[in-house]
Amino acid sequence: MAISESVSIDRVYKILMNVKDPEIDSVSIIDLGMVEEVTHSGNSVKVVLLPTFLGCPALEIIKKNTIDAIKQLPEVGDVEVEFVFHPPWTSDRITEEGHANLRAFGIAPPPRHFEEDGSWHVDCAYCGSTYVTMENIFGPTACRSILYCKSCKNVFEAMKPVSTLL
Amino acid sequence: MSNIDNGVTEAAENKEAITSLLFQLADDDFLYAYRGSEWLGLAPHIEEDVASSSISQDSMGHAAMYYKLLEELGVGNADDLAHLRPAHERKNSIVTERVNGEGYYMETPNYDWAYQVVRSYFYTQAKKVKVESLCKSSYRPVAEAAVKVKMELYYHRLHWETWFKQLLSSTDVAKKKMNNAITLVMNDFGDMFSFGNQRQAIEKYKLIDSEEKLKENWIASIEPVFAALRLDVPPIPENPANNGRNGEHTVDLDEALLTLSEVYKVDPVASW
Repeated sequence: MAISESVSIDRVYKILMNVKDPEIDSVSIIDLGMVEEVTHSGNSVKVVLLPTFLGCPALEIIKKNTIDAIKQLPEVGDVEVEFVFHPPWTSDRITEEGHANLRAFGIAPPPRHFEEDGSWHVDCAYCGSTYVTMENIFGPTACRSILYCKSCKNVFEAMKPVSTLL
Repeated sequence: MSNIDNGVTEAAENKEAITSLLFQLADDDFLYAYRGSEWLGLAPHIEEDVASSSISQDSMGHAAMYYKLLEELGVGNADDLAHLRPAHERKNSIVTERVNGEGYYMETPNYDWAYQVVRSYFYTQAKKVKVESLCKSSYRPVAEAAVKVKMELYYHRLHWETWFKQLLSSTDVAKKKMNNAITLVMNDFGDMFSFGNQRQAIEKYKLIDSEEKLKENWIASIEPVFAALRLDVPPIPENPANNGRNGEHTVDLDEALLTLSEVYKVDPVASW
């Protein structure tokens, strides 16, 4: 009988980098800040994830992909994935790498700052111009908006800012 | 540890009140989301189709979360609670169950967009007032859920307020349709802030602010918009003939449940 390696949380996190948003394949669930906690007991691993939007239909797919990814680690036995909404997911959980990877997909990352009146601004995901207009605050998925860049004349999407300040 | 113990004891004592309130919140969002989803492909323009669908999807997510909280209280499986309860056990407000207009979705829907705008705006404002109060609920799981709902609701409220203002600042035809819709929606608004026969317990355990306080907050929240449009906030009817919170509903709910649970009932154990 082979002596099995003990579970390493670092290795789990590393493999979670491969679990992408099913609709934005340049961005991982780590990039999005969805991974709240990874724990293990013996060779069982538990991952706590935060849903971005409660009605997001991709959640079940993300859950399955997370389980499948972690099971690739030979030292892991059972994998449990739980979604919790406390703490709430907010868009400032998206990492710097997440911002870069969103832009690579043509999606402007959510703004880091709000104006005093609660408004915000994003730049064009393609050319970086600030000369943009909001076409539709609701986009193809719950977490995105549709904007138009008057500089490069491209339609682009932006991740909605989601904050407890709203 | 004492926190957890307190939570359990508290939950046992006021479980009936918590359960009732959660059903009210869950059923409201479930029916509201369903009526919203009936606009898919019928909304005035493509951007609205996208926006309405997102809002319905979010709202269905909120309902699912409340049903999940009920499941955690041992009331039953969340999907079953959403799909299998008969109309007389439902606690949604009357306005959320109303049809979108004449006709049937699959045949000749002659839906009333003004009605959908007014219903959605008034409902979303009411939901905002409740959710803000729920953030301070004595029942921690619902307070935590409310924080999440509030963030998503920000966009819904902004959306419906824009429609409401624009249509009421538009042509005479639009204004007439909107005013008719306001009358229709307000006729049904008498149970919106009612807690039904669990009122006393819900208020006593401070699960949410009192009915009166919520009404005041709702009026205060829409007053500036009405003032800008030179309109008076319509009064919320007292003692409604049907109180949805006590399972009193219209035939519109029977029809809605028949349609929206049709697929689920075909095979309740299937994984979707």
